[in-house]
Amino acid sequence: MPSWPALASQAFNGLALGSLLALVSSGLTIILGTLGVLNFAHGALFAVGAYAAFVMLQYTQSFLLAIAVGCGFMLVLGFLLERLIIRFFYGRPHEDQILVTYGIGIVLVECVRATFGGNAQRVPTPSWGQGATQLGFLIYPTYRLQLIAIIATLLVGLYLVLYRTSMGLVVRAGIENPGMVGILGINLRRTFLLVFAIGVVAVGLAGMLYAPVVAVTPDMGANFMAQSFVVIVLGGLGSFPGAVIGGLIAGEIVSLTSAFNSSYSEVMLYALMALLLVLRPQGLFGSEGRV
Amino acid sequence: MSEPRSDGLRSHIPELAILATLIAAPVVLPHLGFSIDLLTRVLNWGLIGLGFDILFGLAGLLSFGQAAFYGVGGFVTAYLLVSGVLSSVWLALAAGTISAGAFGLVVGWLAVRRIGIYFTMITLAFGQMAYFIENSPLSHYTGGENGIPGVPVPVLGFGEHAIRVSAGWPMYVLFAVIFFGGYVLARRIVRSPVGAILLAIKENTARVAMLGHNVPAYKLTAFVIAALYAGLAGGLLGSFQSYMPPDAFSLETSGQLVVQTIVGGANTLIGPLVGAAVWLWLRDNLQLIPGLTTLWKLVLGIAFIVLVIGLRRGICGEIIHWWTERRTLAARQAAEAVTEAIEASGSATKTGSSRTRDATLPLPSPVTGDSDIALEARALARHYGGLKAVDGVSFKVRCGSIHAVIGPNGAGKSTLFKMLLDEVSPTSGDVLLFGSQVTGHGVSRAAQFGIAKSNQLNQLFPNLSVRKNLRIAALARRRGPLRIDLLRTADSLPDVEAQIDAIMILLDLTARADTPTHILAYGEKRRLEIGMALATSPKVLLLDEPLAGMSPSERAATCALIRDIAQTCTIVIVEHDLDAIFGLAERITVLYEGRLLADGSADEIRGNQQVQDAYLGGLHAHEPA
Repeated sequence: MPSWPALASQAFNGLALGSLLALVSSGLTIILGTLGVLNFAHGALFAVGAYAAFVMLQYTQSFLLAIAVGCGFMLVLGFLLERLIIRFFYGRPHEDQILVTYGIGIVLVECVRATFGGNAQRVPTPSWGQGATQLGFLIYPTYRLQLIAIIATLLVGLYLVLYRTSMGLVVRAGIENPGMVGILGINLRRTFLLVFAIGVVAVGLAGMLYAPVVAVTPDMGANFMAQSFVVIVLGGLGSFPGAVIGGLIAGEIVSLTSAFNSSYSEVMLYALMALLLVLRPQGLFGSEGRV
Repeated sequence: MSEPRSDGLRSHIPELAILATLIAAPVVLPHLGFSIDLLTRVLNWGLIGLGFDILFGLAGLLSFGQAAFYGVGGFVTAYLLVSGVLSSVWLALAAGTISAGAFGLVVGWLAVRRIGIYFTMITLAFGQMAYFIENSPLSHYTGGENGIPGVPVPVLGFGEHAIRVSAGWPMYVLFAVIFFGGYVLARRIVRSPVGAILLAIKENTARVAMLGHNVPAYKLTAFVIAALYAGLAGGLLGSFQSYMPPDAFSLETSGQLVVQTIVGGANTLIGPLVGAAVWLWLRDNLQLIPGLTTLWKLVLGIAFIVLVIGLRRGICGEIIHWWTERRTLAARQAAEAVTEAIEASGSATKTGSSRTRDATLPLPSPVTGDSDIALEARALARHYGGLKAVDGVSFKVRCGSIHAVIGPNGAGKSTLFKMLLDEVSPTSGDVLLFGSQVTGHGVSRAAQFGIAKSNQLNQLFPNLSVRKNLRIAALARRRGPLRIDLLRTADSLPDVEAQIDAIMILLDLTARADTPTHILAYGEKRRLEIGMALATSPKVLLLDEPLAGMSPSERAATCALIRDIAQTCTIVIVEHDLDAIFGLAERITVLYEGRLLADGSADEIRGNQQVQDAYLGGLHAHEPA
């Protein structure tokens, strides 16, 4: 049995990982829900985000500025991918969408590898996030606490966009019934473009924010993508609240399990998914009819 | 689509071509930059690909988790050999293959519950799970990140005469023999009834279930077959390189298999092999070119995107498509000309509709209880939230009668119909077929009990010929919900073929037997839709608006067809054409706003004031029907 401080520390790690997974998965889920496209390039875009932070930080020396420019870059990348490739796949079978985004993922990762090499890069922790913070009986790295706060803010922002703006209304209506939204005369083309770009920015931001915590490598996104798939299966297809809560649950499971036996931390996540598939196949927040 | 029904040498051309290629490859290909080891590796990928192509190419199930089974097969084989539990490589290979199949059974059981995107995500996630299990909890056995070194090579024979299958040529020969065996088996599976059903599942899953096949079980069968092939290939990998690497389990491996299959061509069986040859050749040869060492995968990724966008059939698929297109062009153009002529004349039948045809079918209907009432609905209700689509409807259908269900739009006819064969499960109430319960068993069991339905909108398998469409239906009656007869050919059951021929005569579609259904004229498709239901030799046939969209002469012909069928089978019909209904039906049930308004003989309904008010608006009262 691990000590209480160790457990609490793992709970915070779970929160940090969970909020990150929530951000990655909400990017995936709004694209999936609105456009019906499962974006297999999501992991690659996570890595691209981390490398964007790495490069911009060298030019700007300011973490916040680097993130701002990085977001602009991800936005443009998202626009380009949607206009040049993705939009031709809305009418094609899911398998084709998966295949083409998987191909995009390969190309992105290999571009990164060709430019920066395969070795791990370090992104320094921003000056305002150095050191550790005293939290009662527990000392915890400051940047990770800030990470939780930043991502929470971003998710609230995304929530406001989705639930308080007219574009968000169109997106949510599109998730429910894309055909009907089109019949109502709403131009989905621009909405689709914007939703795809927002999804790309969300996952890119996740990569940028996580870059100081981990080693930055071209393949760093693959495991995140697999985990975010689990999150979506947990939370229910195309559900934004499902992605956020599913992400937090997944993060806590991985972290708390590793407090007891680290070799089972990842396995436990997938075991939970298997269990949920048997007991509640539509996910925690998914409705019965959508598969 | 012509169909070689003779099982002569001609139908084995693919096998012979593969055999010739496997013999010629090590002589020719080394000059093109393929070393013997590379060829062996290509064969290993091709072997996983055979199973994967049955899963993805044939059944349309895109799995991103094949690495799990490749890894399980590999590590079980390697562990049994290196730890000394087994000394025979052959036994260890068998054990590894079976373990992979067993793991595939578990993962597949969970994965086939979901379709499309979900299926892919779940397989990918289980693939990752297998990777982490190998890496941490089982690292004591698997060596974790180090893998298992020192896997022995197989030995042929015993004692002094034993031959070690060493690296290089002997290993190539071993892999070639196993690949060839695997290919012959895979091709038999594709040509078996199971293969035909899997292909139909890819075309229209819902219809396959409605015909009475156990769709999840067939999908699971394909999944386990794919896992077995992957497991065997994994076991061979360890022996081949005398080391079992942990990255056999990685997502990379699953992804590489998918890419190779698309590049080579899905649903061709050899596509994955060709794709692997391209992938590995590019990797080995581009790496030799200065400046391109790291770019080979980028080149491949771009090529892959281009293929998915423009040449979705892949290398072999495009070649095969071009070849069959050229061979069948004349037949297709002729078929299209017939379609145009039919649609221009507005008439589908050359024969008069007065002739009564014998609708007795070769395949017997299922045995049911002996009762005068064929089908009974008891207080059937279906509520969608506050909307009561159907609200407590009861009626009985007499055996051997034509029973019509009519009512204005939104009366609940289609929902009622779907509940009769458990396509939609009722909120309350139940359906009895000759006294036994239908409700609660699902649509494919209902079909096996003897209820078939032709749909309001055609649910055909558009790329299959008329004969193959009907075969899927007849196989459901002949073989039951599930039979894993992988080695027989789909067209080798004489009573099934007799059934198909009988139905085609009845439908006047004999001349169109080999025409893909998407080429058929509209009226022909409607008749085939009825024929599909009929080919399951039902006790009760449900017809949902069989006359919709037909020209007057087609209507007359279809009414005659329905009368013919009624000689052998009870019919329930939903239709808006009231003239036709009053001409056909002995008994009519009228629905109005989800409730039963009236139930009686055609004359009673015609004279019923309530029905006229609600539905007919008094119009028909002054006209003879």
